[in-house]
Amino acid sequence: MNTALDVVQLSRLQFGLTAMYHFLFIPLTLGLAVILGVMESVYVMTGREIWRRMTKFWGVLFGINFAMGVATGITMEFQFGMNWAYYSHYVGDVFGAPLAIEGLMAFFLEATFIGLFFFGWDKLSRVGHLAVTWLVALGSNLSALWILIANGWMQHPVGARFNPDTMRMEVTDFSAVIFNPVAQAKFVHTVSAGYVTGAMFVLSISAYYLLRNRHVEIAKRSMTVAASFGLAAALSVVVLGDESGYTAGENQKMKIAAIEAMWDTQPAPASFTLFGLPDQGAHRTDYEVSVPWMLGLIATRSLSGEVPGINNLVAHAKERIRSGLIAYDALDKLRADRSNDSERALLTAHGEDLGYALLLKRLRPDVLNATSADIDAAAWSTVPAVSPLFWSFRAMVGLGFAFIALFAAAFYLASMRRLQASRTFLHIAMWMLPLPWVAGELGWYVAEVGRQPWVIEGVLPTFLAVSSLSAGNVLTTLIGFVLFYSALLVVDIYLMAKAIRLGPAAGAAPFAPIIATPRPLAAE
Amino acid sequence: MLDYEILRLIWWALLGVLLIGFAVMDGFDLGAAMLLPFVARTDLERRVAINTVGPVWEGNQVWLILGGGAIFAAWPTLYAVAFSGFYLAMFLVLCALIIRPVGFKFRSKLIDPTWRSIWDWALFAGGLVPSLVFGVAFGNMLEGAPFRFDETMRMTYEGNLFGLLNPFALLCGLVSVAMLTMHGGAWLAMKASPPVSDRAARFARGAALAMMALFALAGLWVAFGLDGYRITSAVAHDGPSNPLLKQVARQAGAWLGNYEAQPLTLAAPIIAFLGAAAAYGLLAGRRNVLALVMSGLSIAGVIATAGVSAFPFMLPSSLDPNASLTVWDASSSRLTLMIMLVATLIFLPIVLLYTAFVYRVLRGRVTQAYIAENPASNY
Repeated sequence: MNTALDVVQLSRLQFGLTAMYHFLFIPLTLGLAVILGVMESVYVMTGREIWRRMTKFWGVLFGINFAMGVATGITMEFQFGMNWAYYSHYVGDVFGAPLAIEGLMAFFLEATFIGLFFFGWDKLSRVGHLAVTWLVALGSNLSALWILIANGWMQHPVGARFNPDTMRMEVTDFSAVIFNPVAQAKFVHTVSAGYVTGAMFVLSISAYYLLRNRHVEIAKRSMTVAASFGLAAALSVVVLGDESGYTAGENQKMKIAAIEAMWDTQPAPASFTLFGLPDQGAHRTDYEVSVPWMLGLIATRSLSGEVPGINNLVAHAKERIRSGLIAYDALDKLRADRSNDSERALLTAHGEDLGYALLLKRLRPDVLNATSADIDAAAWSTVPAVSPLFWSFRAMVGLGFAFIALFAAAFYLASMRRLQASRTFLHIAMWMLPLPWVAGELGWYVAEVGRQPWVIEGVLPTFLAVSSLSAGNVLTTLIGFVLFYSALLVVDIYLMAKAIRLGPAAGAAPFAPIIATPRPLAAE
Repeated sequence: MLDYEILRLIWWALLGVLLIGFAVMDGFDLGAAMLLPFVARTDLERRVAINTVGPVWEGNQVWLILGGGAIFAAWPTLYAVAFSGFYLAMFLVLCALIIRPVGFKFRSKLIDPTWRSIWDWALFAGGLVPSLVFGVAFGNMLEGAPFRFDETMRMTYEGNLFGLLNPFALLCGLVSVAMLTMHGGAWLAMKASPPVSDRAARFARGAALAMMALFALAGLWVAFGLDGYRITSAVAHDGPSNPLLKQVARQAGAWLGNYEAQPLTLAAPIIAFLGAAAAYGLLAGRRNVLALVMSGLSIAGVIATAGVSAFPFMLPSSLDPNASLTVWDASSSRLTLMIMLVATLIFLPIVLLYTAFVYRVLRGRVTQAYIAENPASNY
């Protein structure tokens, strides 16, 4: 049992690290692609050469980032099969389809046209190249859509049913999977966060140029684009984050209760805890400072809706475990005799709770002999780690509001044509560069740790989802990835920083992003 | 909705199409990367070679991602068993596939010759390792892999990396390396400029000969030295996807059964040989475009040969043959196969159309003069 746990922990660590690493590059790709599209549109509409140079300069940085995103994305896809084989078997029928469609519909588009974005400047008409740029942006956004449909299904598994003959979940309603409300809310929230990241990247680097009085014309224009785009995006992140909170409130009550460190159900409308020290062992939160009504409004959009507390949800989990045990027993008997229709009917009736019985597997292999104490322990295992969620969520929201303030200030200064007036503002804008990444990683932490112990909410516990590998094998690849990724990150940041220092006006080879003389390839 | 049985057959064929798509499209950039240190000697020559694939490798690599996604969606059991069973081999492939994109992007960003030389060898390894490992994987597919399932369908695998690297599998790995070297050489012969293109044509011809010899050797091994597998019980072609409901026996010569039953399937190995022979001959007269097409056909023939030989097996189990994965019991549900088929029929033609458009825009040779004049806008 110990070694199995080790494989679980190592696999989770590996997935967490590689996913967070992958998400260093993705939000910038999402945001910068659209910003490139905007800049080039201005170029095509006005014909002013400076906008073309801007597009090319930011395009160089986009390209370095994009290559890292592609490289680390392959790891994500392979990892499901490598480290999470039982997961792949158990839900591949549902989860695989959005991933495959992502490749077909989105990633092909993005990856095929990105080559033309870099190499097609002198081979395409202006409008033709602009179309290519927008197709890259469209591809990257569609890509996010399908990935988040897949992820949304892990959070809120709709449109699927357990099939005892194949021992796995199978699709019953694919449109429910696509139009999953959790997936839709996550998509707009995540994509907006990507736009904020892209806008912050452009804003901060432009501020750096303005502070040094270099590339002023390009920096000012870039900053104006980033300010307006960033303000819209930052507002939408918060508004749509609220939408996420609403859909989570509907579907993932435990996650909301843990984020709020709310142990007991409060009379409606529930208050929002601004500050507190959650104590997981004692099941209480000390030193609470709360805003009345606010949580009830966010999570239920009403003054009468009740937001259940952790204690109540645990009691509910106990009921579901007992019901799940009936399904588990029926499944056992069904495997012995596949024609037993009464057991099949019993499994169908209690099938939705089968996953809750699987929680007991962590405590004992013979789950049907579970004692009352086992069921209690399993029910309490449905509570994720409260304190980290509580604080990560608050840090993320605080950063979200800080972005709105920064972009609003930038927007105001840009409209007044006074971007260079305040060095303090430029310094703040420059030093805020890493914060959208921090907010994005915190957001994923809340979303994914908040649904533990489930890998598929209510369906499959994380500890059952791993491959039957030795801990040594998983540790080997984990160490390999850490070393390899760290080295690549150093190189990536070095090249980015060098490109930024050289800036858009750099004329010297090999780094100049500007083509000297457009000239078609010599045909044979 | 189509019959479950038909959908499974279609998805068996489509998996072949996607793997062939990957091997043909990404194959020439893997091959070009393997040839890089040998056909290009100066920095400028190397940049010519790299820039022949520079604008297209990203799109090409999506064939692999799509192939992985399609296995996940249409053959989830195969995905789970193969990816976790061939664990460290997959890790090696991943490292190579990570090194490649950054290698293309980073190599020419600094002028330092040591930096560039390191990336050249990284690109070489990034081409060689996946080519070899994918061939080794096909070899192990034909031999069977040591896995079994418990009653909850949890798979255990009782092998390791060194078990994968057995003589027959390594021979298949060499077939794959030779085949993709031929393809990459034919690509460079068409797309690069002298002297790179001339050297590449020579290497491609050598690789074509090697590939034919190695492929013949592997064929003889399959015919006389390798046990195949055969389903011995009744099997419902539209039954549930549960690999534990049938009986399978190991049998000498079983991998030749399909060719005896359906002689038309002999077209697959014949095309593999004829394609390579034609590429060899055409490159002598530098009919480059046709040579590339022929080498692509040869690749299709090789992959189809592996698929036809093993059909209906997708991954036999050497440990518990009854648990072998076949077309009839390792697929997704009927609904998922149908949805994925519709998505593929809509989007794959669109993908092919815009891929063709991009290649058209980028047509023509990459010359040293062009790279020298535009050092910054190229890799």
